[in-house]
Amino acid sequence: MSKEPVAVVGIGQTKHVAARRDVSIAGLVREAAGRALADAELTWADIDAVVIGKAPDFFEGVMMPELYLADALGAVGKPMLRVHTAGSVGGSTALVATNLIAGRVHGTVLTLAYEKQSESNAMWGLSLPIPFQQPLLAGAGGFFAPHVRAYMRRTGAPDTVGSLVAYKDRRNALKNPYAHLHEHDITLEKVQASPMLWDPIRYSETCPSSDGACAMILTDRAGAARSPRPPAWLHGGAMRSEPTLFAGKDCVSPQAGKDCAADVYRQAGIADPRRDIDAVEMYVPFSWYEPMWLENLGFAEEGEGWKLTESGVTELDGDLPVNMSGGVLSTNPIGASGMIRFAEAALQVRGQAGEHQVEGARRVLGHAYGGGSQFFSMWLVGAESPTS
Amino acid sequence: MPPIRDVAVVAFAQSDHLRTTDELSEVEMLIPVLHAVLEQTGLKTSDIGFTCSGSSDYLAGRAFSFTMALDGVGAWPPISESHVEMDGAWALYEAWTKLLTGDADTALVYGYGKSSPGSVRDVLTRQLDPYYVAPLWPDSVALAALQAQALIDAGETDEPALAGVASRSRASAATNSHAQLRGSVDQGDYLVRPLRVGDCPPVGDGAAAVILAAGERARELCERPAWIRGIDHRIEAHGLGVRDLTDSPSTRLAAERAGAFERPVDTAELHAPFTSQEVVLRKALRLGEEVRVNPSGGALAANPIMAAGLIRIGEAAARVHRGESDRALAHATSGPCLQQNLVAVLEGDPR
Repeated sequence: MSKEPVAVVGIGQTKHVAARRDVSIAGLVREAAGRALADAELTWADIDAVVIGKAPDFFEGVMMPELYLADALGAVGKPMLRVHTAGSVGGSTALVATNLIAGRVHGTVLTLAYEKQSESNAMWGLSLPIPFQQPLLAGAGGFFAPHVRAYMRRTGAPDTVGSLVAYKDRRNALKNPYAHLHEHDITLEKVQASPMLWDPIRYSETCPSSDGACAMILTDRAGAARSPRPPAWLHGGAMRSEPTLFAGKDCVSPQAGKDCAADVYRQAGIADPRRDIDAVEMYVPFSWYEPMWLENLGFAEEGEGWKLTESGVTELDGDLPVNMSGGVLSTNPIGASGMIRFAEAALQVRGQAGEHQVEGARRVLGHAYGGGSQFFSMWLVGAESPTS
Repeated sequence: MPPIRDVAVVAFAQSDHLRTTDELSEVEMLIPVLHAVLEQTGLKTSDIGFTCSGSSDYLAGRAFSFTMALDGVGAWPPISESHVEMDGAWALYEAWTKLLTGDADTALVYGYGKSSPGSVRDVLTRQLDPYYVAPLWPDSVALAALQAQALIDAGETDEPALAGVASRSRASAATNSHAQLRGSVDQGDYLVRPLRVGDCPPVGDGAAAVILAAGERARELCERPAWIRGIDHRIEAHGLGVRDLTDSPSTRLAAERAGAFERPVDTAELHAPFTSQEVVLRKALRLGEEVRVNPSGGALAANPIMAAGLIRIGEAAARVHRGESDRALAHATSGPCLQQNLVAVLEGDPR
């Protein structure tokens, strides 16, 4: 018994914006799904099952919205699964969909993730006071800022590294027509002069709140053979979770992240990620998470991640481009953010990333995380079939 | 086409299902159930290859409620884990696909929900189309009553027959120590005509857990594994106006795909929270009088939302484990008026 190879043959996303007042939730997801089908040159009838993901239902005020979205996603008469693993959900959703193909349950699957954050206020949606539980304080930024400060203290990284990440990602976003923030007049000085929100995280080093959806068509070997455009092949995928808080937890570089990456590298035959992987699309909601994840994912030794950022290695034309799409710092429909990372990795190895294409990208890592730095999902996709 | 790998339910545990559990958090409600199911197999959390759960933030009243449940699992060292915002039956489905890939040989699956903190009839209205239906707040009992009336109008059932389903279910539950409503229960007044109190499920809190294992591992962990011969789930249109509420084509299709019609089953655990829904499901699943339906009492005896579907699979599997069934069907549902349905066929090794 061996796993069926899994290929990405269609990718679609909406133009991410602060508020899509022109469409319903159903209209938003259908737009992304329709574009993914068009990319794959398939129709709704070609889809065997739908796997949908999003972050908390409170963000739109609809409980288990997949029930209401069954019609819009052509799922009537088909299996429909709804995944929710906090911020990593977009990635996890894609991985659940890959299992349906790898386990030979279905041939072609539509997977989609979305968030329509303009329906509510995500920061306060995450800040509900629960008796006898650690409060999340003022949204995610209040939770993660101390972890960033711990990283800075641990590594002695200069204060400016965060602003370099933000400046890079916002410039990359200018090359991505789907990115939410298009700040044509961005300068490093402007990033560094932006207001302090959660010390040491400044306004321009923070993700926006977006409405958006991302969809992918995943298929088996036979489906990939019919693909009109080059597929992206799954070489490895994994999820890892650990508790939110416990004595001894390393909030800066969580063990679950290290274990997840190690599992993916083992599956994909990656011995040295820095050498063997061409580009990384990682979940960086606050600028400093770029150097932090570079270490957690094994691209740099502990304490050395910020040096890659500072020396320009992670720039679009650098030796290890990071967040070519502009990243979460430029686009953040929370439930979709993980899938957008996975989709960007696939776009890159398919050679279809347009102006933000990394020349010769053959193996690219997509990464997502969520909760209190506790849920991780990653995939590594390649231009070649894993069996070839 | 049969699954590419043999996967079985090897253990099942559930909480006592209670009207309120004010003194317990969700994690505290879940922990004894997780311990019980692990104990049956002698496995520890760190032995489990994959963990998957089902729950709802809307019942918990907070975002990311499932993150706290991980504390109950003891996810350290880190575990391979996922979560569906669905009944635990669909978490089991996800875990089954994970085992099919060969990436894991064992899986821990759990589902839990506390309905007691809020008004679950009102909460479930938030599942409905947010633009055209949810603003009207049609509650779950009212929608089920529409379905029941449609069945009566079509001559498929009548009120005495529904009362018969109710009394048979609670009588069966008399031997189920976990059930919330047991023995003789009065049909009571109309809650929403034509449904009486007795036609409706009890509102309560509860949790359930299952362990899956593949191939030889299953035989090591369980004397008589309940092999998943087939499992499939299908969804229907959301708009009640475009559905024939007297039928359940999604259940029928899922059953076909799960191989339920290839040979007769001796037992069926149906997730029918309302008496009228058993009528619909029996028809869709072509269950004759010779099939034991809901020997546990079913959802009419205990209906902890987000766990009640998983409990059906667990109850069916437990009967196979005990040698009381050789081929059992388990069903789970989600959404208004049976919108989404899952069917699993479980078999024991021949005796």
